[in-house]
Amino acid sequence: MDLSLSDFGAIAIMQGFNGLSVFCVLLLMALGLAIIFGQMGVINMAHGEFLTVGAYTTFLVSSLTLRFLPELQPYYFFVAIVLSFLIAGALGWLAEWALISKLYHRPLDTLLATWGLSLVMQQAFRSIFGAREVSASMPDWLMGSWMPTDTIDIPLNGLFVMAVTLLLTVAIFVLLYRSRWGLQVRATVQNRVMARSVGINTKKVDRMTFALGCGVAGVAGAAFTTIGSTGPTSGSLYIVDTFLVVVFGGAASLFGTIASAFSIAQTQSMAEFFISGSMAKVLTLSAVILILMLRPQGLFSLKVRK
Amino acid sequence: MKSFFDKLAGSKQGAIGFLILAALILVVFPLTLDAFRLNMVGKYLTYAFVAVGLVLCWGYGGILSLGQGIFFGLGGYCMAMFLKLEASDPESTRIQSTPGIPDFMDWNQLTELPLFWEPFHSFGFTLLAVVAVPVLLAFIVGLAMFKRRVGDVYFSIVTQAIAAILTILIIGQQGLTGGVNGITDLRTLMGWDIRSHEAKTVLYFVGAFLLLACILIGRFILASKLGRLLMAMRDKEERVRFSGYDVASFKIFVFCVAAAFSGIGGALFTLQVGFMSPSFVGIVPSIEMVIFAAVGGRMSLLGAVYGALLVNYGKTVFSESFPELWLYFMGGLFIAVVMYFPNGLAGLYQSHGRKWLARLGRWRPKARRAEPVAARPAPSSTPEPTSPALETTP
Amino acid sequence: MDLKQTGASRLLPRRLAQGAAALSMLAMSVFASSAGAEVNSTGLAVTDTEVIVGQLHSATGTMAISETGSIQAERLAIEQINASGGILGRQIKVIQEDGASDWPTFAEKARKLLERDKVAAVFGCWTSASRKAVLPIFEKENGLLYYPTFYEGLEQSKNVIYTGQEATQQILAGLDWVAKEKGAKTFYLLGSDYIWPRTSMKIARKHIENVLGGQVVGEEYYPLGNTQFGSLTNKIKLKKPDVIFAAVVGGSNVAFYKQLKAAGITSDKQTLLTLSVTEDELLGIGGENMAGFYASMKYFQSLDNPNNSEFVKAFKAKYGNDAVIGDVTQAAYLGPWLWKAAVEKAGSFDVDKVVAASAGLELDTAPEGYVKVHENQHLWSKTRIGQVQANGQFAVVYESDLIEPNPFPKGYQ
Repeated sequence: MDLSLSDFGAIAIMQGFNGLSVFCVLLLMALGLAIIFGQMGVINMAHGEFLTVGAYTTFLVSSLTLRFLPELQPYYFFVAIVLSFLIAGALGWLAEWALISKLYHRPLDTLLATWGLSLVMQQAFRSIFGAREVSASMPDWLMGSWMPTDTIDIPLNGLFVMAVTLLLTVAIFVLLYRSRWGLQVRATVQNRVMARSVGINTKKVDRMTFALGCGVAGVAGAAFTTIGSTGPTSGSLYIVDTFLVVVFGGAASLFGTIASAFSIAQTQSMAEFFISGSMAKVLTLSAVILILMLRPQGLFSLKVRK
Repeated sequence: MKSFFDKLAGSKQGAIGFLILAALILVVFPLTLDAFRLNMVGKYLTYAFVAVGLVLCWGYGGILSLGQGIFFGLGGYCMAMFLKLEASDPESTRIQSTPGIPDFMDWNQLTELPLFWEPFHSFGFTLLAVVAVPVLLAFIVGLAMFKRRVGDVYFSIVTQAIAAILTILIIGQQGLTGGVNGITDLRTLMGWDIRSHEAKTVLYFVGAFLLLACILIGRFILASKLGRLLMAMRDKEERVRFSGYDVASFKIFVFCVAAAFSGIGGALFTLQVGFMSPSFVGIVPSIEMVIFAAVGGRMSLLGAVYGALLVNYGKTVFSESFPELWLYFMGGLFIAVVMYFPNGLAGLYQSHGRKWLARLGRWRPKARRAEPVAARPAPSSTPEPTSPALETTP
Repeated sequence: MDLKQTGASRLLPRRLAQGAAALSMLAMSVFASSAGAEVNSTGLAVTDTEVIVGQLHSATGTMAISETGSIQAERLAIEQINASGGILGRQIKVIQEDGASDWPTFAEKARKLLERDKVAAVFGCWTSASRKAVLPIFEKENGLLYYPTFYEGLEQSKNVIYTGQEATQQILAGLDWVAKEKGAKTFYLLGSDYIWPRTSMKIARKHIENVLGGQVVGEEYYPLGNTQFGSLTNKIKLKKPDVIFAAVVGGSNVAFYKQLKAAGITSDKQTLLTLSVTEDELLGIGGENMAGFYASMKYFQSLDNPNNSEFVKAFKAKYGNDAVIGDVTQAAYLGPWLWKAAVEKAGSFDVDKVVAASAGLELDTAPEGYVKVHENQHLWSKTRIGQVQANGQFAVVYESDLIEPNPFPKGYQ
């Protein structure tokens, strides 16, 4: 094979970028779930469907813009992201109110109830949007690649997903560690009873957390329309990976989630380069399970009073 | 010390419940249903094995496995391998480039049977493997997880991931496993055509008897000291551990039993349906199997059978008449059962049916709590082991 | 049958009194009645006025995306047949069953259709897995299945008529074309991880290495539903193949082409030939994301012939102007028509007779043009190369001669 050194360097750079973008995808998916899991110990099996809500919102906004305001097409994406957050968040708020809040003492049952919710939501998507996949028309500035040199292509949609991930992560950190609400959340996580006794409305905190987690999933869904498909079952393509990221990262630790998303993404991306995609997946999942056996509480776990 | 038979039968009421179920599946169904429907019920009953196993490990042991499909699938694959080898005799596969090996291997350029297929020429070995392979895997997973005290939600997610891995492996290694199509076109079991109605009926009865046997085994386990410990562990694991019991071993044991039941169910499923495919190993069927147990009542071995029968019957009826509504119904069922009937049908019977029966027949069963099988009243059984982040129960 | 015969003969005098137009009907009913035993000697659900067929696809579940088109096309064909007088004077009635993307459900429903409903034929299945699940039942009950999907071959059941292409038909002509037109020497083979892509790639590799004298520089399979193809695009850049030969399916498809485009692998720099993208898939991918790439199929909606324009018009009239028609949808549309032709040729609904009459059957009204049923129950068909347009349609750039179906290709296994 005739490969120059510079070619090889270019591939290495692009592969590095690929690892980063897989990391961002995983993190974006896992953030919402991690917030909820950390706060309430609840695994939201319908997380993928909240993601899909975001994706469909983007599709709707894109179609509406194309029909009524075609000249604004390049910019609709920002509106779509905000709307995705609001709609998915509102649905999450509803779900918490109607379902989750009744089941706080039974985390395993929440698993089942949210699974039921995910089935209902999937069928609802199918009834509303049809079984076929749809495609939001992408603004030109999102598709294509940035070429710093002749041989290096950096995908623009990858950069975009990265930017969204970064902004969202920073926003969540600020929210958790610099706001009054964040203080209440952290207090509740550390000691729920005590938090309640000092006047924190833990129910309200729970509801807001759940809504926020779902809203973040909605944003992820909107961002993923640039790289993936939009269909009734799109969200479920991501769930197993997402759960593993969160569990691997450990409950109640955003740093853990970030570290776990990073290590899983890099393993997967490296392995894919050298062996076939299927085997790379098997290898990554098995590695995660093995490490979980050694560190059952995940990479980073918060010490909480039991 | 209760006698062996007391342990099997439970109380007088437990014995009656068991006899009613036995009469239903051994007498009523075969007499009233035509061959086609009976075959369908036979298929449902194979799922009931998994549900009964789940009652043991989830309802009593507090271990929610979202990967029981793994064991169902493994049992099914063991049986399918035996049947496939029988169907692939050199005579009927003579058009292949290598006669005498399963057709999908030939398509994948395999020229000889892989080593791990060899033992499945023997029916005895196959029967052993149907139970042993799932139990072995359950033992390894259980050992690794429970000894390290991997807790509830974590364990559920890990079982899901294992189901995902196994599915990808089976699909990816299609030369060895038949890939996504699975192992298909199974015709005879030791020369006996399993596709005929008579065969299906015989298989139905075999399945029914085995299922009843599994229920009795389950009762025996629950009536023994182990059953008590399981419940104690589920409610306050730490206390049991501090009392000097090896909690992990009990969990591993009950998880293995559930795996064995699932494997038997899987093998019977292969016989009933005539093929096995990776779509039963995955996450979705595994979770569906949990709902069978939940609908029947997670604390009731008998309820699990009714749950499997009802949900599957509902699935058939709904998908025949309103295919669109099926997922709504299934989803709604999950939510409703978990939120309003945590003890499922058995719980409903306990709280309403009994009184109603008593009023009807002026026959009042003694409200004895001694029997292990009947569901306990809802409030006392609802608390599950809570996660670290949520320790609010007093 | 006896009862119905007497019923028909009692009607005779009254009918005779009616006009000449009724005479033909009379002739038909007499023919049908007296030939009753021959028309249906195996107890199928056939009366003097009606014949019942089954339709077995996934209306729900993950496969509903793909199978909807087939359901619609078969319905359309059956309606058209009914409107034109039915088959042997009988109207077709459809019992639709939902396989729910679940293979045992397919098997269960197939058994129901054959055992209980005694349907004369079944139009259905999409994935190989579902076909494999129902096959033993069709063979045991001696049913008749019309299967529409292009598939991996390696199968030939006397109870199945395969109206889609088997792998060699679809692949070889496409590879020959890229080798000749694009001077392609190096190929990167790529697919979702299951039997159809793997078998297709196996055939492709043999053809590339043994016939075209080219080289396979990479062969890769990704799990179904995989959405991350970044490493793959880098590997492609590393290997610089002349042609990417792709058989990625389902949700993965969308992710694959979007990420390919984003990585700068577009049609102005790279030739890509796919086996798995029809107009249906393009709806989800978006034509602009893979404009300029090629697909190898036997049918494209844009085919320019009178049969096809009529078919497209009827399809859109029934299912709306936005409806698109892919390769499989057209193949599904052929099913009822081929069945009608075979039944009429045989003069009977008996499965054995219909199958016997099928071999050599010709249909020149097919939207794809002329097709002919081979003795191996697959269709002779042409393979076309279509180039993806930004509007979600294909421009046909090449059309082969009629290709013989060869489900067990010697030298390619």
